[in-house]
Amino acid sequence: MNSLIKNVKRNKTLLLMLVPPILFVIIFSYIPMAGIVVAFKNYNYYDGFLGSPWVGFDNFRYLFVTGKIWELTRNTLLYNMAFIFFGIIFEVGFAIILSEINGKIFKKVTQGFIFLPYFISWVVVSTIMLNIFGENGVLNSLLGAVGIEDFSIYQQVSGWPIVMLFVRMWKQTGYGTVVYLAAIAGISQEMMEAAQIDGASVWQRIRYITIPCLKPTIFIMTLLAIGNIFRGDFGMFYQLVGANQLLLQSSDVIDTYVYRSLITSPNIGMSAAAGLFQSVLCFVTICTANYIVKKFDPDYTLF
Amino acid sequence: MKIKKGKDVIAFNIMAYILVGIFALACVIPFYLIIVGSITKENIIVTKGYQFFVTSKEFSLEAYQMALKSPESILNAYGVTIFVTVVGTALSIFLTTMTGYVLARPDFPWRNKISFFFFFTTLFNGGLVPWYLLCTKYFNFSNHMYSLIVPGLFSVWNMIIAKSFMKGIPFEMTEAAKIDGAGDFFIFYKVILPMAKPLIATLTLFIALAYWNDWYNCMLFMSTSDNWNLQYTLQNILNSTNALKRVAAQTGMQVGQLPSEGLKLAMTVIATGPIVLLYPFLQKYFVKGLTIGAVKG
Repeated sequence: MNSLIKNVKRNKTLLLMLVPPILFVIIFSYIPMAGIVVAFKNYNYYDGFLGSPWVGFDNFRYLFVTGKIWELTRNTLLYNMAFIFFGIIFEVGFAIILSEINGKIFKKVTQGFIFLPYFISWVVVSTIMLNIFGENGVLNSLLGAVGIEDFSIYQQVSGWPIVMLFVRMWKQTGYGTVVYLAAIAGISQEMMEAAQIDGASVWQRIRYITIPCLKPTIFIMTLLAIGNIFRGDFGMFYQLVGANQLLLQSSDVIDTYVYRSLITSPNIGMSAAAGLFQSVLCFVTICTANYIVKKFDPDYTLF
Repeated sequence: MKIKKGKDVIAFNIMAYILVGIFALACVIPFYLIIVGSITKENIIVTKGYQFFVTSKEFSLEAYQMALKSPESILNAYGVTIFVTVVGTALSIFLTTMTGYVLARPDFPWRNKISFFFFFTTLFNGGLVPWYLLCTKYFNFSNHMYSLIVPGLFSVWNMIIAKSFMKGIPFEMTEAAKIDGAGDFFIFYKVILPMAKPLIATLTLFIALAYWNDWYNCMLFMSTSDNWNLQYTLQNILNSTNALKRVAAQTGMQVGQLPSEGLKLAMTVIATGPIVLLYPFLQKYFVKGLTIGAVKG
């Protein structure tokens, strides 16, 4: 006990420096965690978190009985699996290629271009989509010029997931590429040169040096993504799918559903129930993934 | 020494130039098209659709004039976005680097426990609903400017980036300053921060980007248009004719005369331009500042 007081005294300033972030996390993360009781209540604004009456599992019953939650979960999961899988290929692929390319100016310029879409909001992405694929879009202007009929991407229900995948890769690859480039920059140059002197080809160097050295980063990035595999990218789905009923069939994710049932057609209890279901799924997934990775190689775990 | 370039290097480079070239073009062409569309005459867009090129006959800056002429919605939105971005980024950088520094100090006894206290919030959270109810019912977030700043003030991911960077700064720096009698906060502010420029550049980019591009908090909390930021104003212009009508009323034009298609694109350029221009200035620090990997204590 005495040593604790001594420790606190000695680290007084450091502890004070941590007070604002700790308060922030308690208020905006830990208290809302306790607020999940709303999922088991018939929430009304006046009685608030504590006063509203309990309803047990009623809020969940509707979600599960109608099967709505399974549809949402399936959409979210499938989209994210595709995003993670192709994300790794695009990000690692372009990072390796960019790191090996000879032309310095070409490398710098293209790297800047690839990073560009990361800088814009999903609102702007939706303008870009309209500009290219909309009714008046460039694509239809070009098709019209060669005498082909108009094409509307917004009516391609079965093809829409592929559109989403392309947009996702377009927007996100730049960021991932920089993360992996940072990791590649950390690989010892001597090792690369030694391999070159020993006559290793580019392909061999990538296969036996670069990729193994990137493994920890790939593992951590993937684990982080898996931790959010049941969380849809709200901005993307809200802006690109929006209220398009046709597309919502295949592209409604948990997050857009939770938002709609909170704001547009208020059903707070059900919305909270869907959100809690999602959080629990995410938590179980990340713990399982981390456990499996720990068995395989403890160095690559998150916690 | 110079190493001879073999066939494999040539083959690799041909492939590399083609793949990277195609992807880089795909990334940049949409931006070019937005600019072209924003300076094309409205009647050309309406009759022939958006074009790939703009000729001098079709050129017009009408849409930009319109965007800047409706002072209330667009200039006000610009003001909100700039204020929120500048204040939010400055506060957030301060908080993030300070937390990262304390948790990276090897002599701080509770660094692992407190790190996990932060990290746990990324593993589990209460979801949107309790957070939203807390903010609106108990913190009065509705229609207040601070509701655009507060939610982005502290992010555990940024803190982890800060912590891993701070670990790379030799502890001897702190020790030496301590021997000279400096306090912990002074050491952080006067000794460590000046050495953390790559980190600050990287965080500035991420945090400023998040504030600049935010429309979500605005959508959740702002029901009146006084505090609408750029992105949310843009979203409204895109989605509703109401917003267009407001612009029309302010500029004294009929909705039909308004270059609405061009206006959307001009707004997009206006809303995106400044943040994209920030990148070249921060680029050289970027790879150095972004060292993801050490999440663990």
